[in-house]
Amino acid sequence: MSDNREDRRPPGGASPPECSEPAETAESKGFSRRAFLKGAGVAVSAGVMVTEGLLDTATAAADSSAAGPGPVPITLRINGKSHSLQVEPRVTLLDALRDHLDITGAKKVCDRGTCGACTVMLDGKAVYSCSVLAIAAQPHEITTIEGLATDGELSPVSQAFVQHDAQQCGFCTPGFVMAATAFLKQHPDPSYEEVTTGLGGNLCRCGTYMGIREAALDAAKRIRAGRA
Amino acid sequence: MADYHWPPADKRFLIGKSFNRVDGPAKSSGRAKYSYDISRPGMLHGKMVFSPHAHAKVKSIDTAAAERMPGVRAVLIMFEPGKEVLWAGQEIVAVAADTEEQARDAARAVKIQYEVLPHLVGDVTPEKAGAGHIEAGSEVKEGDPDAAMKSAEVTIEGTYGAGVITHCCMEAHGQVTEWDGDKLTMWASTQNVTGIAGEMSKALSVPAADVESITQYMGGGFGSKFGADPWGPACAQLSKKAGRPVKMMLERDQELIEAGARPSIHAHVKAAANKDGTLLAWESESWGTSGPHAGGNPPVPYVMRAPNRRTRHTAVLTNIGPGRAWRAPNHPQSCVITMGALDDLAAAIPMDPLDFFLKNLEHTGPRAREYREELLKAAEMIDWKKKWRPRGTKDPGPVQRGLGLSIHTWGGGGHQSNANCTIHPDGSVDISIGSQDLGTGTRTIIALVAGETFGLPISAITVNIGDSHFPPSGASGGSTTVGGVSSSTRHAATNALNELFAKVAPHLDAKPEELEAAEGEVRVAADPGRAITWNQACAKLGATPISAAGQRSLDLISSGVGGAQMAEVTVDTETGIVRIEEIVAVQDCGLVLNRKTAESQVFGALIMGVTYALFEEKLMDEQTGRCLNPDMEFYKLAGLPDIGKFRVHMMTGPGYDDRGVIGLGEPPVVSPGAAISNAVANAIGVRVPTIPITPAKVLAALETAPSARRA
Repeated sequence: MSDNREDRRPPGGASPPECSEPAETAESKGFSRRAFLKGAGVAVSAGVMVTEGLLDTATAAADSSAAGPGPVPITLRINGKSHSLQVEPRVTLLDALRDHLDITGAKKVCDRGTCGACTVMLDGKAVYSCSVLAIAAQPHEITTIEGLATDGELSPVSQAFVQHDAQQCGFCTPGFVMAATAFLKQHPDPSYEEVTTGLGGNLCRCGTYMGIREAALDAAKRIRAGRA
Repeated sequence: MADYHWPPADKRFLIGKSFNRVDGPAKSSGRAKYSYDISRPGMLHGKMVFSPHAHAKVKSIDTAAAERMPGVRAVLIMFEPGKEVLWAGQEIVAVAADTEEQARDAARAVKIQYEVLPHLVGDVTPEKAGAGHIEAGSEVKEGDPDAAMKSAEVTIEGTYGAGVITHCCMEAHGQVTEWDGDKLTMWASTQNVTGIAGEMSKALSVPAADVESITQYMGGGFGSKFGADPWGPACAQLSKKAGRPVKMMLERDQELIEAGARPSIHAHVKAAANKDGTLLAWESESWGTSGPHAGGNPPVPYVMRAPNRRTRHTAVLTNIGPGRAWRAPNHPQSCVITMGALDDLAAAIPMDPLDFFLKNLEHTGPRAREYREELLKAAEMIDWKKKWRPRGTKDPGPVQRGLGLSIHTWGGGGHQSNANCTIHPDGSVDISIGSQDLGTGTRTIIALVAGETFGLPISAITVNIGDSHFPPSGASGGSTTVGGVSSSTRHAATNALNELFAKVAPHLDAKPEELEAAEGEVRVAADPGRAITWNQACAKLGATPISAAGQRSLDLISSGVGGAQMAEVTVDTETGIVRIEEIVAVQDCGLVLNRKTAESQVFGALIMGVTYALFEEKLMDEQTGRCLNPDMEFYKLAGLPDIGKFRVHMMTGPGYDDRGVIGLGEPPVVSPGAAISNAVANAIGVRVPTIPITPAKVLAALETAPSARRA
């Protein structure tokens, strides 16, 4: 199947190490969406955690001891709080959040690392939580969209999404807000083109991209103004 | 006395301005709870087993092993042995278990035997499909097409079309169901919160009053979420069997296989004109598939209808999933066919298509004046007269540039809607309607209309929707919601306000009919100094709130809109890749309530339009009868890097506003496919006959055009 579309990158332009580079550099290193997916798929089917495409190599090696198939106790650090739960090793971080902890901001849409609706941050980097196993997420600080607001006040990115109407049905919105938040950490003063590429790893069906692009650029300004 | 008619332009303080959507903060912070997010105490997870065969008879079903699986609490046969499966993906069995993983394991353990029967899944012509697979329509004739074709100075002939695509809602179809004794509560992802409760009551033989349907937030429908579907009653039955709430949402593959399909429409067309550009005649034989059942006659020719014409449509019955209404049902496909053929006719004359369309606007019906204004406005926005060049004009190098245009229409109107308005003694106001917000901004316009009526800001109004226990309102389809709920809200609010005036008038030493509510006050209209604040006025109610009802009112709304769109594309003739440079959209929709969400609807429609014009295609495998791309890697949606520059202009002011409120969700999604297809033809000198315009199709089309062949 030939593809008209631009090559896409994972959310926030930040999840794998390669993606924290500017787009041009990622391109020249030969990183592609296809290679990324292939890598993740192989690692999961081999029963290991996740490839280094998602988490760093040291983590994957440390956690690759056999566990399961029954439920195992795990502890997740989410939005600064520890949660202990019992899940089968095959349970994804997304399902652990949604089904076991009732943290539902991250949405399940494609469930295979394509659409970005499940985007959360691990140690400040955007990842597709449908493609990370819950047990593998234990060593990391997990931030979900519920963790962005401070004292009930919307984060600058969420505020910008409201202001620029960067949402219709809103089901993709939390993923985009997380991708944009992680992206702006890496690119505090992005160009129009960088936003276009950097948020290319998330999909929307209602067609809110015009607002999303404006919101990301505006949020960058809001964040810079807040720091100044 | 407050009048319920829309206020004149100089009196509007909210209507027509731009406001953030009221549920924006809940959505952008992750607090909004969609049906998929509902979690109930003791809730189980449901999964279904689907037929892998496109056409088969179910011989036997063995659920014994599944029932013994860990965590399994209920198993339900949805499709009895002996019945005939008509598409791969037909649901046969449902299971509920403690966890999603256990439910998935149990579904895999169900053993079903089939007698496999021959299938047809190709998007083929009636001739190829054969007699057993077609429902031929009758010929429709107007004028004298034979004589007109014979006398015409220019004729063209070609085949045009659009394949099957799916809805691909971000939130999958499905629901959570919970019984409390004999009463059922259902959280469904639906466009029809009032109607779905009635459907469940019927399917389960439960009194309608005992079913409550709740949908506070839903993640996209686009016409695919009107009914309870087989999984709605099945979920409730699993809940009943297990004595626990059950969540059963479709997985992504099933969402794409069965829960959404826009029927294909193709047509062989002959069109004729004179050299001066006068459109004379149209003939078309059209066909398409909506799965196992016929999908209705498409409006071909679309909008611009030659005075002499002959048309016939044939439905091709296939073993793909059943068709569903897709945003502006049948219009985008009919638009691609008609505007493509007319554009080819203009090129054959040869004539600038803008001049050709302007010359023949009399054939568009009653809105010719609006189409003229819209085409001229769009041409000005994209600088058509400066940029347009005859078809196939070549630039040096492989990348070619082109312009295309299209016009479209839609009805709108307003569905039946009942609203209730309560004014509380503390000054707070709420509006309750059994409607739903699909992301179009329904909550926001209800608050806006109430605020306009009371002279209060949008933030002062509480909107209660998304529950079948609220006053009944129609399904959100056909762009009828805004007309329904804005007029029912306006009536309910005006009725409530007049009751308030009656209570307050003595305190202002005035008659009720002399009062107005504006700027947070209730005051004497002719003497605004005699005023009390809104809260003081409401305090006069004592302990009892005012409650007033309102219904949809046809004199506040109307039906029928037009729009024009123009696209500029570049096409790489070596790779076949099409890039959208710019699309401009000019749209009328009567009285615009909230400009910000109205423009978002049009922007969203353009993006959805680019997606179906270039990427989307439900691919079926002839051998196995299955869908080949039921996932989001290969069922392709446009991302941020794929869209171009878009500009939107809403036609408002005298001649538009006075038509009242008209729906906007559907019309702007109709034209992008046609405008892009025409722009590609203009760029490369040859028509790519069907959408999506994939690189392979562009290269194939270039091969057929000797004059345009790559050097």
